[in-house]
Order: sequence, then C-alpha cells, then structure tokens
Amino acid sequence: MAAENSLRARTLGRIEPHRLVMLAIGVVILVVAATTMRWNWIPAYYDLALEGIWRTLWLLAATSVLGFLLAVPLGLAQAVGPRWLAWPAQTFCTVIRGTPLLLQLWLLYYGLGSLFPQFPWIRQSELWPYLRQAWPYGVLALTLSFAGYEGEVMRGAFAGVPRGQLESARAFGMRRFTIFRRIWLPQAIHRALPTLAGETVLQLKATPLVATITVVDIYAVSSRVRQDTFITYEPLLLLALIYLIITGILVFLFKRLEIRIPSRLG
Amino acid sequence: MELLAFHPPGWGGVLLAGFVSSLQIAIGAYLLGLTIGIAGAYGKLYGGPVTRDLLGIYTTVVRAVPELVLILLIYYAGTDLLNRALALGGIDPVDIGGLTAGIVTLGFVQGAYSTEVLRGAILAVPQGQIEAARAYGMAPWLMMRRITLPAMLPFAIPGLANLWLICTKDTALLAVVGFSELTLMTRQAAGATKAYFTFYMAAGALYLALTLFSNQIIGWVERRSRRGMPGVAEGS
Repeated sequence: MAAENSLRARTLGRIEPHRLVMLAIGVVILVVAATTMRWNWIPAYYDLALEGIWRTLWLLAATSVLGFLLAVPLGLAQAVGPRWLAWPAQTFCTVIRGTPLLLQLWLLYYGLGSLFPQFPWIRQSELWPYLRQAWPYGVLALTLSFAGYEGEVMRGAFAGVPRGQLESARAFGMRRFTIFRRIWLPQAIHRALPTLAGETVLQLKATPLVATITVVDIYAVSSRVRQDTFITYEPLLLLALIYLIITGILVFLFKRLEIRIPSRLG
Repeated sequence: MELLAFHPPGWGGVLLAGFVSSLQIAIGAYLLGLTIGIAGAYGKLYGGPVTRDLLGIYTTVVRAVPELVLILLIYYAGTDLLNRALALGGIDPVDIGGLTAGIVTLGFVQGAYSTEVLRGAILAVPQGQIEAARAYGMAPWLMMRRITLPAMLPFAIPGLANLWLICTKDTALLAVVGFSELTLMTRQAAGATKAYFTFYMAAGALYLALTLFSNQIIGWVERRSRRGMPGVAEGS
C-alpha cells in the first residue's frame, strides 16, 4: 500500500524544479533521436507493424483469458480438492514454473510438430490445417504457462476467502455451485486482482518469444526490419516504446477495475 | 537413450556443458543484480531527488519492456557503445565474450527487480533498529553491514528466491542471441538428431532439477535467516 501511495503522490504531485530540468533533457534526447537517427524505414513497414501490434494484443488477450479459465480449476483442485486431483495440479504448476517458457514453446512446436505428421489419422483430421501452422503452438504454450503461474495465485486466493462467508451462504440454503459462482469465485478474483495485473504484464512480456517459432508479432516485425535494412537500434527502441505504452494501458485498466470493485479491508 | 551418452556420438556432454554455462551466467547475473539492487534500493530510499527519479525510470522501463528486447538492446548497444568509448580513448576495440555480455545483460535486468525487492525489505525493518544504530554513532557503511542488511534479509528472501528462479530461466533467452547455453545446445542437438522430444524433455528435466534443488536450499536459508524471530513464517 505504501508503495502505491507514494507512486500516486509522485504522479499527481506538484512538478518540482529538478523534474522540469529532467523533462527538458528528455525532450532534447527525444528530438535529437527523432532528427539524427534513421526512421525512413517506418512508412514501408507501417502496415506490417500495425498487424504485428494487433497480433501481439490478440495473443495476450486470448492466452490470458484461456489461461485464467484453466487456472480456476487448477487453483481449486490445489486448495480444496482431494489428493488425486491436488497432486497432478501441483505437479503441473511446478513443472511449468520450473522450466523456461522458451523451452516449453520449442518442445511443443518442434517436438509435437515433428511427432504429428507420423500419424495418418491426424493428417487426415480437420485440425491438420491448424496444426501445420505455428500460432496454435504459441497460443498453447503461452496459455499453459499463464495457467501454471496463475494456478498458484488462485490456490492462495481460494484458500484466503473467509470461511464464515461460505458457511453463511450454506446456511442460506444456496447450492454448492451457486455458492461457488456468487461468493467464492468473485471473492477469490478480487483477492487475486493485484497479482493478476502483474501476471498479465509478465504475459505481455512473454509474447515476443513466439517470434522464435515464426509467428509474426510486433517483435518479429522489428527483427524483420533489422534483417532487411541493417538498422539495429531504431526498431528496437521503437519496440521498447510500444511495449511501454501497452504496459501502461494494461496497468491503467487494471487500476480502473480494482477501483470499480468495492472493498472494505478490516 | 544412447543419444544422451556423454561421449561424441551421444549429446549428453554437450547438454551438460550448456547447463554449466547456463549456471555460470545465472550465478554471475544474480550477483551483479544483487549489487545493483542494494545500491539501487539505498539510492531510492536515501538518495537525492534526481537519483530517485533516475532510479524510478530505470526500474519502470526495465520491468515494462520484455527481457528479450532488453537483451537485444543491451547486447548490441552495450558492445557498440563500449567500443566507441574505447575508440575515443584511443584503445583498440575489444571483443566481449558471450559469457560477460550475458552476465551484464541479465544482471542489468535483474538489478531492477532486486532494487524493488530490497527496497520493500528495507522498509519492512522496524525503524527503531536503524535509529538505534544511528544513535550509537555507527557510520552508514557499518550500519548497512551490521544492521540493515541482516535485519531485512528475512523480508527479502521470498522475493530474492523468486528472482533467482527467474534468473535461471532467463538464461534460456540468451539462446536467441546465439549464446551457447542449455536451451540453444538442446536445439542444436535436437536438430541434428531429429529426436526433438528426447532432448527437450532432458533439458526440461535439468532446469526442473535445478529449480527443485534451489527450493531446498532456499527453504534452508529462509529458516536460518528467521532464527529468533517470533513466528512470522507460520502466519502467512
């Protein structure tokens, strides 16, 4: 809380003299960068870059939502499930969190991708046109990774909902699924929201990895520019700026969401 | 299974060599990150307004931009800037080895996260302890060594442990810039033998073993650092 308050004071507080100087230096650096560095490649890659940004955002949204849907049962199984459900869920989370995402991605893409063509029934199935492309593997790897990290968070969130609330819902005569839908899940999500915001930013930062399996996201566009024109820094700097902006928007949206949910901490 | 043998027809030795260089980078980057983190946390807490703002920019930017992009930026820009600076001083350009570049790059990234973890931990130390040390007339350096760092350790260890695990896994990203650590070695071995599943599974097992082993050590360190503290650990 303290960090949050100081952050707010810093962003809203009055502008101090040294900050004006720093701002001026920042503007000068920006102007120098805009005038002396080479940006003439932008018009040629404008459309491709927009497409890349769109694909990055789409990947982020799809994998976060799917991953979260997977994380709810994972968290529930670990928090209250019987041992034969809790143990596999825990193993899944440990394995996902214990190995690099890049390795998981390559295992799925190169590993599964090299196994599938050996089975004729897979090649004849209707999924085959999708399995031949790269993006389904990217979506799968990112989804599993998000689910693995978020499953742990949801475990804590489910376990942290006060027992009294669940007991009173039961005393009210609610059925188990209604209790889950009306009381338990919303409370758990509310508890997990700050962590969820952080995890979503981490997920955004994981998306450029899919460029290594030939999915053309915004990162891949910048490496294409680098390969085509031998311009190294400019595309990378612009890329960093784009990620900064997306992160800023994400953090802002989650803040709004957090404020909308009424909370009273004892 | 003979593909994983240690001698040349098998690739086990190559994988292990990659694993060792991953470990070297992880340890180096972690230590560098810790050093930056301690300095950064002190700067953020006790520094002047300009230091604070600069450190704020550093931690915000590093934590918002993907590691992969940062690695590329520091990898290219770092070596280029260093060589230009050396040229200005009239010294011949040097070729920075992959190991050093990897350590500096990941260490720079780790430093931003460490700064935040350590800043939070220092804030969690009861103020009275630091005030008492100051009243005792301890010099700032001595106070840091004897009071602040040991007293904040229990609060910092969970965060620092996470950072270590992130650090070991981030070494895999160096595969993208062509540094021969475990993941890149695995890819080459898998590409050469077409036994993709075997090698990726083996590499995954190595990373997982490192994580589990680290968890054991971390648990031990955590218990040790909490000696004499009334049940803070049980509460959470």
